[in-house]
Amino acid sequence: MRRALTLALLLIAGAATPASAERLVVSLSNHRVAVTSNFIGEDLVLFGTVEPDPGKSGLRPAYDLVTIVTGPRETQRTRRKQRVLGIWVNTDSREFVRVPSYLSILSSRPVNEIASPDVLRRLQVGLNNFLLPQRIGPDIADTVPDDPFRVAFTRLQGQGGLYRESSTAVTFLTPTVFRAAIPLPANAPTGNYLVDVMLFADGVLKARTNSALDVTKTGFEQYVADAARDYGLLYGLVTTLMALLTGWFASVVFARD
Amino acid sequence: MQIYLPIADLPVNIFLVLGMGLAVGFISGMFGIGGGFLMTPLLIFIGISPAVAVASVSSHIAASSFTGAITYWRRRALDLALALMLLSAGIVGTATGVWLFTLLRALDQLDLMIGLSYVTLLTVVGVLMIYESVQAELRTRKGMPATLRRPGSHTWLHGLPFKLRFKRSKIYVSAIPVLAIGYIIGFVGAIMGIGGGFLLVPMLIYFLRVPTATVIGTSMVLTLVTMASATVMHAATNHLVDAVLALILMVGGVIGAQFGARTGQRMRGERLRLLLGLLVFAVGLRFAYELVVRPDDLFSLRQVRGE
Repeated sequence: MRRALTLALLLIAGAATPASAERLVVSLSNHRVAVTSNFIGEDLVLFGTVEPDPGKSGLRPAYDLVTIVTGPRETQRTRRKQRVLGIWVNTDSREFVRVPSYLSILSSRPVNEIASPDVLRRLQVGLNNFLLPQRIGPDIADTVPDDPFRVAFTRLQGQGGLYRESSTAVTFLTPTVFRAAIPLPANAPTGNYLVDVMLFADGVLKARTNSALDVTKTGFEQYVADAARDYGLLYGLVTTLMALLTGWFASVVFARD
Repeated sequence: MQIYLPIADLPVNIFLVLGMGLAVGFISGMFGIGGGFLMTPLLIFIGISPAVAVASVSSHIAASSFTGAITYWRRRALDLALALMLLSAGIVGTATGVWLFTLLRALDQLDLMIGLSYVTLLTVVGVLMIYESVQAELRTRKGMPATLRRPGSHTWLHGLPFKLRFKRSKIYVSAIPVLAIGYIIGFVGAIMGIGGGFLLVPMLIYFLRVPTATVIGTSMVLTLVTMASATVMHAATNHLVDAVLALILMVGGVIGAQFGARTGQRMRGERLRLLLGLLVFAVGLRFAYELVVRPDDLFSLRQVRGE
């Protein structure tokens, strides 16, 4: 537990940005994803360009790019079943506190080729390095990457398309122009998403910028969701009335005997 | 065709859900049960979270039991006096059930309790119903009357005081077993999140000797009231009723229930009880299988709360 705590402190401590002359300019294809009645997910595209250091023209290093997209935070409980007296029971559980509901780590190369493990851990690049704090007794800390609950959590989130790590999602069109494909699955939670873009060269973070997007319900979906949340009792009464009307209507339509 | 559900927060195939509503509605109209014990697992199977599934199913059951109740009312196959009596005790039972529900959740073993009570209840009720209806079937084959006891014969239940006459059902019984049954149904319904129709129907038949003709309509009135109030309660407290999902289920459910009610009235009581017994038993085995067999994935996720 102490080791986990130290690790967490180390992770939090490393958030400094390097002073560098390269500049990143990015643009998202869509800042507002509307969830309508026929929403089945959407693929967003992030375009960007690297403006090289004007002072050091001529020698341009090979760039690597990492984009981390995080959805609204939520608390999830991962439970483990065990056999007790012949039946399978949830015996053990861990709470993942304020973790992203959506997490995409997209890169132009496998992350472990981009920078050293220390740098990656400090910048939370890669699913294994991303901070996923768990409530362990009275403490909240991230564990080692191969902790069974952590592995199960990222795997289950990955099955729903909500957590992913892809080393092919970012492509360089020219040595300085890139595009990143951000897949939003149909079950992507609504809310504010952060897009963190990091530029690496020779294993060093050269530039960093960010963007954001909103996934919102619109029109009828928004109306229903708002009504359910703000006017619960009325909403329930209306739904019940709808049930009675549907039932009555069917018996009228079918009453031919 | 995919349609996005605003509360469940995911898209579903509208025809798949409509078909599920039709199938469960047919069964519910035929046997006079709510069908919640069938529909809720189906919805969870297609990816809807258990909480939203339970809450939305209650409104679907309200719709299909209402249309069923109207059909039985027209055929004079419904005992309103008996239904109201059962309901009055049912409300007290529900309150006790909700209290125990909260207590078990605090002890973190609610899921297990629900699973175990499903298995025990469904398999026991299923086996009893199959046994009884096979016996009745065999007696009919031998040319004897289907029911061993004639309608006039008495059990110890008929010796209890506070006797009441229920004209539509043609029974004259003590108020005590009626209230007890209502209480049990309300209690079990609150714990397991079901209307309790599959329990109520056999109880009314075997304990009170309510004729098969009125038992289904009466059970439907009870299901209607409990499920309508459950919808309002779920919507007001948890905000988890998905009206779009509910509407699709309802439309399929009421159409299915209409055909089901017709089919049910054409069938002999013993045959109907055997089928219901088999169905209940099969679902019970399914739950038992889930508890006993090693699951594919030992881990599962549950959202505690969003931000």
